Amino acid sequence: MTAEALLAWARGPGMQIALAVFFLGITVRIVEMLLIGRAPDLAAPRKSGVAAGWRTVFHRSLPTPGMLKRSPLVFVGGYIFHLGFLIVLVLSVPHIELFHGVWGIRWPGLPRSLIDLAAILSIGAMVALLVHRLVDPVRRFLSRSGDYFAWTVTFLPLITGYFATHHMLLPYTQMLAVHILSIELLLIVLPFTKLIHTFTLFLSRWYNGAIAGRKGVAS
Amino acid sequence: MKKQVTLGEQLRQRGISRRTFLKLCAVATSAMALPPAMIPRVAAALDKAVRPSVIWLSFQECTGCTESLTRSHAPTLESLIFDSISLDYHHTLQAASGTAAEAARDKAIKDFYGKYLLIVDGSIPTKDDGVYSTIAGRTNIDMLKEAADGAVAVVAVGTCASFGGIPYANPNPTGAVPVSELVTDKPIINVSGCPPIPVVITGVLAHYLTFGEIPALDSFGRPLAFFGESIHDRCYRRPFYDQGKFAKSFDDEGARSGWCLFELGCKGPTTHNACATKKWNGGVSFPIESGHPCIGCSEPNFWDGGGFYKALSTTTRPLANWTGAAVVTGAAVGAAAGVAAKRKRSAAKRAHHTVTADELKKKEEA
Repeated sequence: MTAEALLAWARGPGMQIALAVFFLGITVRIVEMLLIGRAPDLAAPRKSGVAAGWRTVFHRSLPTPGMLKRSPLVFVGGYIFHLGFLIVLVLSVPHIELFHGVWGIRWPGLPRSLIDLAAILSIGAMVALLVHRLVDPVRRFLSRSGDYFAWTVTFLPLITGYFATHHMLLPYTQMLAVHILSIELLLIVLPFTKLIHTFTLFLSRWYNGAIAGRKGVAS
Repeated sequence: MKKQVTLGEQLRQRGISRRTFLKLCAVATSAMALPPAMIPRVAAALDKAVRPSVIWLSFQECTGCTESLTRSHAPTLESLIFDSISLDYHHTLQAASGTAAEAARDKAIKDFYGKYLLIVDGSIPTKDDGVYSTIAGRTNIDMLKEAADGAVAVVAVGTCASFGGIPYANPNPTGAVPVSELVTDKPIINVSGCPPIPVVITGVLAHYLTFGEIPALDSFGRPLAFFGESIHDRCYRRPFYDQGKFAKSFDDEGARSGWCLFELGCKGPTTHNACATKKWNGGVSFPIESGHPCIGCSEPNFWDGGGFYKALSTTTRPLANWTGAAVVTGAAVGAAAGVAAKRKRSAAKRAHHTVTADELKKKEEA
C-alpha cells in the first residue's frame, strides 16, 4: 500500500469507522451511566444540590491548596499536558478545518509557532509524567497495563502531528497518514478505556458536588 | 538508417551560438540538481550526442502532455532540444498518417532496436482485452508491449502514463493501468503531472544523453531532481502557512493578500513536483501564484483524493450523518444496557437475604 493510498483510507473510510465507534461508544457509556443513576437519597435535603453540582464541575479544574507542594510534577505536568493538548487539538488550523468539514463550524486558529510551543510543552510534560510514573515506587505499583496503553495512544497523535508538520522521520504524506491513523486509534479506544474520563469527569464531579450540596457541606 | 547528426551540429544548424548552448547546458545542469562543475561535461556530452531515436506512443490521453511540451509561447531552448531528438514516431505530431505512420513506427523499432527511448503518454485500457483504445486496429497493450521490447528505457510522460491518471479514476470503466503495470523488464521513468513541466522531460533527456543512464528516481519512479521536494516546501506562500494566515474563500481579503490556500484545499504539502521552482509558461507563474490551490496532479490517484477544494486535514467523506446515526444507535444500546443493569440490580436486591446475628449463631452451632 502506498502512502497516498494509506492517507486516502485514513481520511475516508478510516475516519468514518473511527468516528462511528467513538460516538457510539461514548453515547452507550454515558446513557448507561445516567440510566443506572445513583441510589435515591431519602434524607431531607438541606438545600438543592444542582448549584453545588455545577460549581464542583468547574471548581475541580482548579488546583487544590497544597497540591503543588505534595506532588509538584503531577501538578505542573498535568496542567501543561492537558492545556497543551487542548490548544493543539482545538486551535491548530488544520484541525479547525477538520471540525469545519464535519460540522460546518469554524473559529480562528493560532499561528504555527504557538501551536508548536504548546505541542512541545505537552510532549515534554507527558514524557516527564511517564518517567515519574516509572521511577516513583508507589505510582509504579499502582500502574497497570491500561495506564501505559492510555499514555501511548494519547502520546502518538501528539508526536506524529509534530513530526508531520516538521517533516521529520518520514515523508510528510506518510507521516500525515500515520498521524491521522493514530488519532483514529485514539478515537476508537477512548470510550472503552480510562480515557473516557474526558467526558465522565463532568458527570462524576456533578454527582459529587450535588451529593455534598444536598448535605449542605463543601465538596 | 538515418545519417547520424550530433545534437551539437543540429543546434548549430539552427543558429544556436556556443554561448547560448552553454547557457542551455547550465540550465539543464542546475535543473538536474547537479553541481556547476558538471556543466562542461554536460556540454561536451550533449554536443557529441547523436540524436537519440525516440518513439512516442499516445494512448488514453487528452494530448495535454504533448501540448505542454510543444506549444510554448515562444520557441525555448527546451523545445529546440526537443526538436533535436529524432522523434521517429508520434502519431499526433507527425505528418504521415494511416499505413505510412504505422510503417514509420515499425521501421524505427527495427532500425534502432535496443537503442531507442520510448515515451508514452496516456494510460492503457486492459478491460475486455483492451478494446477501448485501438490504433490502426491494434490495442494499446499490444502496441506498448511491442515497442517496449526494443526500448532502452521507457519514459512515462504525464500522470495517466505514470499512475493511470483520470482514466484510472474510480470507477475506471476501461480497466486503465499505468505503463509500469504492463512493462516490468525495462527501466521506467515516470514524469508525472497533468500535464508535466516541459523542462522536466528535457532534463531527463539531457541526463540520459550526458550520462547514458537514467537519473536517480524516487519511490514512484520519478526523477528526484524534480520531484524530490514538495510544492509546500518551496511555495512562496509558505510563510503565511506558518503564520496561520489563510484565504477562506477565493475573493476574501486573504485571497487578495496572497495568503496560504491550505483551507481552500491546497494539496501542496503532499505533492511532489517542481512547479514552485521551475514554474510554467516560461517561468511566469504556477497555479498557486495565480491564486488557485495545488490539486496534486503529479501524485498517484489525485483524481480520487476526496475533492480539490477540501483541506488536506479534513475527511474525504461526509461524516455528519454517520456521527448522528452513531449517537442515536449509541443512545439505544446505552438505554438497553442501562435497563439491563437496573434489572440486574433489582434482581440482586430481591435475592438478597438479611441475616441476623442470632441466625448466624444458630448456623454455627448446627
